[in-house]
Amino acid sequence: MANPLKCDLCSKPATVHLTQIVNNKVHTVDLCEACAEAKGVTDPGGFSLADLLLKASLTPDAAPPAPGTRCPRCGYTPVEFKKHGRLGCPACYEAFVTLVEPMLDNMHSGVTHTGKVPARSLERKSLYDRLTKLELDLTEAIKSERYEDAARTRDEINQVKQAFHPDAP
Amino acid sequence: MPREDSSSLAALLSAPSELTDPGSSKTAIVLMTRIRLARNVVGHSFPGWAKSAQREQILTTCRDAVARLPQMKRCFNFAVSDLGELERQILVERHLISRELSGSKGGAGVLISRDQAFSLMVNEEDHLRIQVLRAGLNLKRAWTAINDLDSALEEHLDFAFSPTLGYLTACPTNLGTAMRASAMMQLPALVISNQMEKVVRAVNQLGMVVRGLFGEGSDASGSIFQISNQTTLGEAEEVILKRLGSVLQSIVEHELNARAKLLEADAGKLHDKIGRAYGILQNSHLLTSGEAMNLLSLLRLGIDLGLFPDDQRSLIDRLLIEAQPGHLQHAHRGECDAALRDALRATRLRAEFASFPRPEVRPANPGAAA
Repeated sequence: MANPLKCDLCSKPATVHLTQIVNNKVHTVDLCEACAEAKGVTDPGGFSLADLLLKASLTPDAAPPAPGTRCPRCGYTPVEFKKHGRLGCPACYEAFVTLVEPMLDNMHSGVTHTGKVPARSLERKSLYDRLTKLELDLTEAIKSERYEDAARTRDEINQVKQAFHPDAP
Repeated sequence: MPREDSSSLAALLSAPSELTDPGSSKTAIVLMTRIRLARNVVGHSFPGWAKSAQREQILTTCRDAVARLPQMKRCFNFAVSDLGELERQILVERHLISRELSGSKGGAGVLISRDQAFSLMVNEEDHLRIQVLRAGLNLKRAWTAINDLDSALEEHLDFAFSPTLGYLTACPTNLGTAMRASAMMQLPALVISNQMEKVVRAVNQLGMVVRGLFGEGSDASGSIFQISNQTTLGEAEEVILKRLGSVLQSIVEHELNARAKLLEADAGKLHDKIGRAYGILQNSHLLTSGEAMNLLSLLRLGIDLGLFPDDQRSLIDRLLIEAQPGHLQHAHRGECDAALRDALRATRLRAEFASFPRPEVRPANPGAAA
């Protein structure tokens, strides 16, 4: 947080400072008196710092996207994200990277995925991207009458298609 | 894909299931293990932002893909909009759908495997919420099962994935592995000896969350709690499961210690509680859901302590589900008010416990049943 003396929830001056260690990482929350009371911080039994960290990180003060920014794929806006805490579509993660990234550190035990990878999905995607590029190359080669290149590209396209459907004749 | 009975709730209720079947392993303290994975189809808006036609399209796409999985052969297939209020409640009570899905708008559905071990919710918060549910404590077995199902599904669906952020989910709190693993634990001795608060705090510090029986915001009747991982990004699935496993093991040990202490301090008092629970279940004429859960939980504790035979545990586990309001009303063939439900519940439990063996107090070893 840029200003550690500001309340994480309402931006008033913070007078309550909490520290919790989650997965060997120190997480801190700064709150004003009113928010601390509202969140039950004064009641040690009923208070979950984890929940608060999650909500606090939804109001980051680090470089928000310019007003009027929309996800180019689904039209979702940062205002909606702040309101619902959910994104509009997978592409939103790229569109609102400056908004999402700073909150991950507080929310999770790391910021980089180290788990399972959908290997088959990714393989299909890379074949698809290759095919798209080759088809563009083919059109381009035919247009500029480079017939040898076109023949070679067509062979490559057939190979990629084979990889997509290895059982096809 | 749909067979005649694939969308019939009656068929689902009469089929043997992982949680209610006496054949599946029933253990002391840990009632069941659950793992769920969130998955989204690339290039489509998340369900909360998608237009209704898009949600319908996702439902069709996911149903078609699921139908091709061997694990989901002859699965049950429900559209939430086709289900009545009571039917939805029954699926919630059996932990097959979430409360959120049960109240959701059009295009929401669920596919449930024949043995009810797998359930795949479509258009909940994410396009797919894949769940595996196993009786007893078995994170490893549950992970193998759900990992295989997920990999098989990936043959037919392109999942939204980023190399750095992992599986992309509607809410950033689920990013990465998008995995939530949990165990449902019965911790009566920790509750009786007022230690749950301490346990909750310690578990929170280890990056795990404690919730009531039906997830977020639900209460913990019957001293039953769900313990699950809080974070999903930054660690591999196996690492998260290993840590959760050791937290669960340590909670089991604490519960066993608390039981031993209660017995040591005043065994008569604990046996009296269990004996009274037995008496009420055999003789009462009105029982609220909360009271029934607490009594059943005490009887389950009685089994762990050797007061009742071990093979009665599956009956208790089945009744913990079937004494819930949705199941009772369904058996009664229609919705009814709380007062009638309490009478129906008591009648059902009186019948079930009429021939239940009497508690036998022997010099018990509290840890023996674990």
